[in-house]
Amino acid sequence: MNNFSYIQADKAKEATTAKRDDKSAAFIAGGTTLLDLMKLNVENHDQLIDVNMLPFRGIEMTKNGLRIGALERMSDVGEHPLVVQNFPAVSQSLLLAASAQLRNMASIGGNVLQRTRCGYFRDTAFPCNKREPGTGCPAIEGDNRNLAILGTSDACIATSYPGDLSVALVALDAVLTLENAKGKQREVPITKFYLLPGSTPQKETVLEDDELIVAVTIPQTAAAQKSMYLKVRERTSYAYALASAAVGLEVQGGVIRAAKVALGGVGAQPWRSPEAEKMLVGKAPSEAVFRAAAEAALRGAKPREHNAFKVEMAQNTLVRALSEVAA
Amino acid sequence: MSAPTTPAPLNPDGSRRTFMKQAGGFLGLALAPPFISQAERLTALSKKVEGVSTISLKVNGAVRAIRAEPRVTLLDALREYLDLTGSKKGCDHGQCGACTVLVDGKRVNSCLTLAVMTQGKEITTIEGLAKGEELHPMQAAFLKHDGFQCGYCTPGQIMSAVACVQEGHAGSADEVREWMSGNLCRCSAYPNITAAILEAKTQMG
Repeated sequence: MNNFSYIQADKAKEATTAKRDDKSAAFIAGGTTLLDLMKLNVENHDQLIDVNMLPFRGIEMTKNGLRIGALERMSDVGEHPLVVQNFPAVSQSLLLAASAQLRNMASIGGNVLQRTRCGYFRDTAFPCNKREPGTGCPAIEGDNRNLAILGTSDACIATSYPGDLSVALVALDAVLTLENAKGKQREVPITKFYLLPGSTPQKETVLEDDELIVAVTIPQTAAAQKSMYLKVRERTSYAYALASAAVGLEVQGGVIRAAKVALGGVGAQPWRSPEAEKMLVGKAPSEAVFRAAAEAALRGAKPREHNAFKVEMAQNTLVRALSEVAA
Repeated sequence: MSAPTTPAPLNPDGSRRTFMKQAGGFLGLALAPPFISQAERLTALSKKVEGVSTISLKVNGAVRAIRAEPRVTLLDALREYLDLTGSKKGCDHGQCGACTVLVDGKRVNSCLTLAVMTQGKEITTIEGLAKGEELHPMQAAFLKHDGFQCGYCTPGQIMSAVACVQEGHAGSADEVREWMSGNLCRCSAYPNITAAILEAKTQMG
């Protein structure tokens, strides 16, 4: 790990200004992704700005929904009664992620910015368009078992966000509050926060250089109340998703009134599926309907040599999640 | 070579072992940092840290100062600067759990924690569990149930297990397995580790 200077910021403006003035700086909260990548020399920063003293804490119900301070830790949010009771998919996505140790460390804001586990990205001996734009993507013809089948490009097929939380947040229409060096805040729906790789896979989100995530707000809906996160992986615990599904259904009088569907582990970004939702709304819940929705969700899939299994796996994951939440 | 009061950072050329060998005598002195009053609240932290600076860590109840760069992890601070080698370096990437310690009572991977960021917090390592000659119930249970083979993962397992019980996540064997999944054991002593935790749970106050 290269050496760096360290600042503990007391005020948001101090943090965002320091970041604006130093293109090589990074914010640090939990550090679980950042220090991992710095040890691999995948990221090199000459300054780390510690944001843990900033007042972006708290888990509270507001008129816009549940507001979670970006510095809250995964473990605290995952087990918080307001989250468990009103947003089961969010709670499950947090508690099925990583390990107890990492969940104690990792912040919500940092989790949303977690970076890909693509082996070529993480190994500086290989070219990688995300790490070094223009050098190429060996994953396309290489070991792509863990990589994406939806939303990829000729430049990158990584599951850019490999985690779980954002899959649930994308399904439930969460909104991120960002603050810049001018002290100005803006709200960005998380469905518009991530960018598809296209020809610029190095640009992963709409976050500006001087912007800090300060909160996540999740609207309280009937579908969020009746939601779940199902994660399929190579071992029972402590592994990234091969495929996952965050779903929420509002069923009234035997008919689906509202449906929220997102997939993890298969998309170049946390993958909301309006196609699947369209197949569900207005129908009576049944396995056939769920199957049709799952097929619609994966219709545009572009599997590669080693990850073709993910098409069927993601469909089955989605069908199972919908069946469980409708039961 | 650095003066004894400024232990060198890990050498990028991998010659740290040689350095440690040669400098053992000097380091012995350097590793006995001045004890600061435990009552000190560690409020006088410098805001910006560049290069080697004094970092005060409260480990197992005693405040100790080291001279280190901001990039030094809590794990390296414990092992290389404070001579507390109970916490182990396995993967150094937060994947194996061998480095698990408690910070303010919560289990964390000390390899992904910067020492400079743990100032003012209570750090507990495996060395801080026993009361004199009396083992912590979790340590005793690991011995009784043979919860290890080679023992390398054991300090991390035990620290994680203590937290697992304190969190209330040791209700059943299945729950223990899920909430201990961040601690890998290549000897695969998992059944014995699980048994040890379930027994120690009944003895922890």
